[in-house]
Amino acid sequence: MGGGLYSIESKDFDKTLDLTKVKPYGDTMNDGKVQISFTLPIKDNAKATEAAIQLAKKMGLKDPSVVYQEQLHESFTFFIIYGSVIHSIDYTMIKADIVDTESMTMNEINDYIKKNIKRKVIVLGATTGTDAHTVGIDAIMNMKGFAGHYGLERYEMLKVYNMGSQVSNEDFIKKAIELQADILLVSQTVTQKKIHVLNLTNLVELLEAEGIRDDVILICGGPRISNELAKELGYDAGFGPRIYAENVASFFIKEMVKRKKD
Amino acid sequence: MKENMKGIDNKLNLEPSLISDARNTAKSIADDIQQFINLHTTTTIERTVCRLLGIDGVDEFGVPLPNIVVEHILTGEQLGKGIAYFIGNALLHTNFSPQVIAEKISKKKLDILNFPAKNIVKIKEVLKPLVDSTLRKILANKRKREELLEHYGDKERPLIYVIVATGNIYEDIVQAQAAAKQGADVIAVIRSTGQSLLDYVPYGPTIEGFGGTYATQENFRLMRKALDQVGEELGRYIRLTNYCSGLCMPEIAAMGAFERLDMMLNDALYGILFRDINMKRTMIDQFFSRVINAFAGVIINTGEDNYLTTDDAFQAAHTVLASQFINEQFALFAGLKEEQMGLGHAFEMNPDLKNGFLYELSQAQMAHEIFPKAPLKYMPPTKYMTGNIFKGHIQDALFNIITIMTKQRIHLLGMLTEAIHTPFMSDRALSIENAKYIYNNLESLGDEIYFKQDGIIQKRARDVLKKSLELLKDIQGIGLFKTIEMGKFAGISRPIDGGKGLEGVIKKDNDYYNPFIESMLEKLRGGK
Repeated sequence: MGGGLYSIESKDFDKTLDLTKVKPYGDTMNDGKVQISFTLPIKDNAKATEAAIQLAKKMGLKDPSVVYQEQLHESFTFFIIYGSVIHSIDYTMIKADIVDTESMTMNEINDYIKKNIKRKVIVLGATTGTDAHTVGIDAIMNMKGFAGHYGLERYEMLKVYNMGSQVSNEDFIKKAIELQADILLVSQTVTQKKIHVLNLTNLVELLEAEGIRDDVILICGGPRISNELAKELGYDAGFGPRIYAENVASFFIKEMVKRKKD
Repeated sequence: MKENMKGIDNKLNLEPSLISDARNTAKSIADDIQQFINLHTTTTIERTVCRLLGIDGVDEFGVPLPNIVVEHILTGEQLGKGIAYFIGNALLHTNFSPQVIAEKISKKKLDILNFPAKNIVKIKEVLKPLVDSTLRKILANKRKREELLEHYGDKERPLIYVIVATGNIYEDIVQAQAAAKQGADVIAVIRSTGQSLLDYVPYGPTIEGFGGTYATQENFRLMRKALDQVGEELGRYIRLTNYCSGLCMPEIAAMGAFERLDMMLNDALYGILFRDINMKRTMIDQFFSRVINAFAGVIINTGEDNYLTTDDAFQAAHTVLASQFINEQFALFAGLKEEQMGLGHAFEMNPDLKNGFLYELSQAQMAHEIFPKAPLKYMPPTKYMTGNIFKGHIQDALFNIITIMTKQRIHLLGMLTEAIHTPFMSDRALSIENAKYIYNNLESLGDEIYFKQDGIIQKRARDVLKKSLELLKDIQGIGLFKTIEMGKFAGISRPIDGGKGLEGVIKKDNDYYNPFIESMLEKLRGGK
């Protein structure tokens, strides 16, 4: 580590910015300075310091310096390390993937609805068939949401109805017609012998028979659902694990607006 | 500015008449609901009676025996008499224990609906030794806690409360013991997302879950043992917390009483607002769960912090206070002492708000002055934590300053990595270091300073109290159920007959019998 306020480190490297060799910036171009912190499952002693330095070197740090270390628990030690990265990135070669399903935040979604739809969007959700699990649908719909992502009930511009679990496809459609729902969310958590596939297909058939399939955006979700499977079954989208309310809402409001334009 | 006669802080110059008006209004609101509660029971209350009578375990499909026994009586549409009546009657007709009766019912080898009805006096007599033995067991746990606290000595400063949430009880134990060694006083084991919506309690040790693992009696026992062990090593009593909310509030309370949990998250309104559980069901369930918690010497933690993650903390501050007043009254009906009421609130104002710290300070000091004996539960910033861990650590520091200045008791530590991941071992260590540094450096700051007469802090507290009183008066006018329907709490509206669990609400018959509510309340009111 340098000498406090006045660094006496030699800086005998090229200090001009070269976008083909971009490095982290501390206080001098190309100094490569980074800070990292981690815990190793070993006792706190001089050997531990050396272990942390060696690990930092393997991570690509030149002259790593352990600026702080502390025992957290009898055989766990925490380290804070500064060093210079030896690697660089050719920025000119990077192509950014533009993902069109980019997710908006709750506020952005509310604003988007106000601006483009100009009324509350009606969302109906349920776990259909024999499945008694509401974990999935509740994570997406309930006020509290999941893992810090608020559920759809908390969105000002959505009117949300959660029918819970073990809802028959017939009851679900009846409710959808009664509410004039824009969006139908179907959750399937537990699946035995592909029963969820039959149940999901049956819902599409019933919606078509009622002549309202094209009036709604139909979405299914669950740990074993993929977008590919959903589309194959006649859904507009399918969401698997690690999906939150804002991901689902971003999709359906954009889809609503897109359909209006078509 | 003066300290009042009881030595209770009076820095905010709040008008005592407004406080007592608010308290009385809350009492009348709770009273109204309590009358409704007294006329009803629920499936989970009756399952709790089964558990308290010693029925435990599951059948070959994993269905808990208390559920099976209650379903059995439900099919005869006679649950309004109370399950204790049927079990007592069956005891008089057989030589079986309640557990054997339950097992035989589950194997369809016994039908306890068809025994001729014996005299209720005889039924009470035959149940009495079982009831007494359960009460003794719970009281023994309570005494054990008191003895350990006496032996090690209890901490004067805020209790450092941290969360473990690996989703595997055995991994949770490793994390909890490490946290205790780093300085944690209270360990909360996070439940699996969605357990609150299960209308049964899972059984046995569990190594799975979403964002936590299940609250089961075996998990309680395993964690209790682990914390007692590490506590002995450290010479401190480490408190254990779980979640007494959802569709099984009283059952979890009973399990906690059996396994010496020390705190329970237990809010009168939380399940209604944030889990869409039916409001009648929740109100009836919270009562019995609180009676059990009261009897077991458990400190309840209420969930007002949740209002502020939904609503704006500056605008909705008065709803927090109003809810604290209401929670206090429901708790009193259930026999909880003020010392057992961990009324909740949170440091959730937008960091960009000018003088936000002053408003937070005002709110926390107000809670302390209005509920001076309550071990207040103070929750950290979460809503405005961004992933900028460096700023987050400062936000947590400001929160810690208010905690020590306003004598909050139960201090749920914020983590610099909030909004990123469940805490690493190092995150927890850094948070504990932050809290300890501030406790020590600012220990007497709160006692040393007064607030400027009619300054920002005093005025803010007065405004919040006044608005809270107005809200309580409104609620008194229309009733609590209607108020919730109208969405006055957390901006969430719930219909009276909507939500989950309504089918489990049952009107009591005139001869309804629940030996535990009776005997626990009697002992609590007898000054025990």
